[in-house]
Amino acid sequence: MFKYIFTLVLFAFLSVSTAFSQHEAEHISTENEAHPALGEITHQEESFDIGGMIMHHIADEHGWEFSHGVKLPLPVILYTADRGIEIFSSSRLDHEQVYNGYKNEHEHILRVDAEGKVDESIHPMDFSITKNVATLMLAAILLIVIFISVSKGYVNNKGKAPKGIQSFMEPLIVYLRDEVVKPSIGKNYGKYFPYLLTLFFFIFINNLLGLLPGGANLTGNIAITLVLAVITFLITNLSANKYYWKHILLPDTPKWMWAIMIPVEIVGVLMKPLSLMIRLFANITAGHIIMLSLFGLIFIFKSWYVAPAIGIFALFMSAIELLVAFLQAFIFMLLTSMYIGSAIEEHHADHH
Amino acid sequence: MILLEGNSLLNPSPGLIFWQLVVFSALVFILWKFAWKGILSALKEREGEIEGALRMAEETRAEMAKLKSDNDKLVMEAKKERDIIIKEAKEVSDKMIAEAKDRAVEQGNKIMEDAREAMTQERVKMMSQIKNEVSALSIEIAEKVIRKELSDKKAQESFVSELVSDAKLN
Repeated sequence: MFKYIFTLVLFAFLSVSTAFSQHEAEHISTENEAHPALGEITHQEESFDIGGMIMHHIADEHGWEFSHGVKLPLPVILYTADRGIEIFSSSRLDHEQVYNGYKNEHEHILRVDAEGKVDESIHPMDFSITKNVATLMLAAILLIVIFISVSKGYVNNKGKAPKGIQSFMEPLIVYLRDEVVKPSIGKNYGKYFPYLLTLFFFIFINNLLGLLPGGANLTGNIAITLVLAVITFLITNLSANKYYWKHILLPDTPKWMWAIMIPVEIVGVLMKPLSLMIRLFANITAGHIIMLSLFGLIFIFKSWYVAPAIGIFALFMSAIELLVAFLQAFIFMLLTSMYIGSAIEEHHADHH
Repeated sequence: MILLEGNSLLNPSPGLIFWQLVVFSALVFILWKFAWKGILSALKEREGEIEGALRMAEETRAEMAKLKSDNDKLVMEAKKERDIIIKEAKEVSDKMIAEAKDRAVEQGNKIMEDAREAMTQERVKMMSQIKNEVSALSIEIAEKVIRKELSDKKAQESFVSELVSDAKLN
């Protein structure tokens, strides 16, 4: 049963995303026509800028464009020293329009004067609800709805077998607890487990939302992974015990080696969250780039005949991306729990 | 590198960092408070219940086995006791029977002895009585005979002579 649903969803996803890419490609090529400056880079007026198309898809944007011409306006929130907070719809800035002295240039909102010249002296702080922020909120709402209903299941079905979504999530939660978090952190896992669960499901649901046509590349955005990695860094180092700090600052090596060992250990401490940040960002972005490149090939060849072959490749890649969506969430959580585990591990005095 | 040129792919945007911090912190808090707490405690509780039930089943089974062995032991002991009791009873009854027999024989012997003694005494008594009576009778007869014999002189003389002749013959 699950297999059929899986295949069905996959096919639906593929067909829609193919159509979507087609629209996007048209959109970009017409845009190039309209702006000769961009068109010149590709040397041919009708040629298809695959790099631009891909970048457009994996980057953030003001407003949420599901397809060419179907753009959901989202609020733009700006803070400037001279004007304070300003909120207006992103649709006011569509098509290179200037609104209230602001202009959207490659998703950077800049202040312009009456003649349309960019005012370099003012740097508006952009707190807009962009496509990524909207996805972030959507994901948060989805997670809250899902897990509160799961939690309610435990109250309503008390003393009974789990039902519905509760029975889907329960094995996952139990698996993460018994096979990932408990062995990595040890007996004090309880304090960190709720955060780790949130982390896992947040990354997982955003990876999946990113695979949907029109979905934002949220977990492939370095700002998101940066925040998650910094939180891991803070939890690890703030809950670290004396053995952890002794291992870094007073390693069990001859004293003359400390000049090398201590910097190496400190780099190691910083490298752990940095690798978390890059890994998630790079994996998800790479997946999106591969998918978009495959669809882009159709427009590069300008032939219907390559489409079936691309479709098969894309199907294969989508299956891999579904796996990666789970895997990257799992790895991020596993490594976070391992870092916490290594920081709170109790060593006996006679260990070395 | 063309992909990375002039875009914010590697430059985290402050706005998104801000929103991520706000939304993610809120998410962590809300899920912690309203979802994970309940889910994890319910899971733990249920696991505790299952573990308790399993342990109780194990304990009950051990107890049952112990009870059964106890029962067996009891039955064995009862059987042994029964055997002993039966044996003892048999011994007692045998002894009683033997005793009764002995006593009966003794009694019988004694009765026989007494009877014999009584009979002997009676016979002796009877004999002496008979002797007395016979002697009295014979004296009476002899008196009568003598009286009759000695009523005439001739007969007396003949009798004496006869007695004399008898004495000669001896």
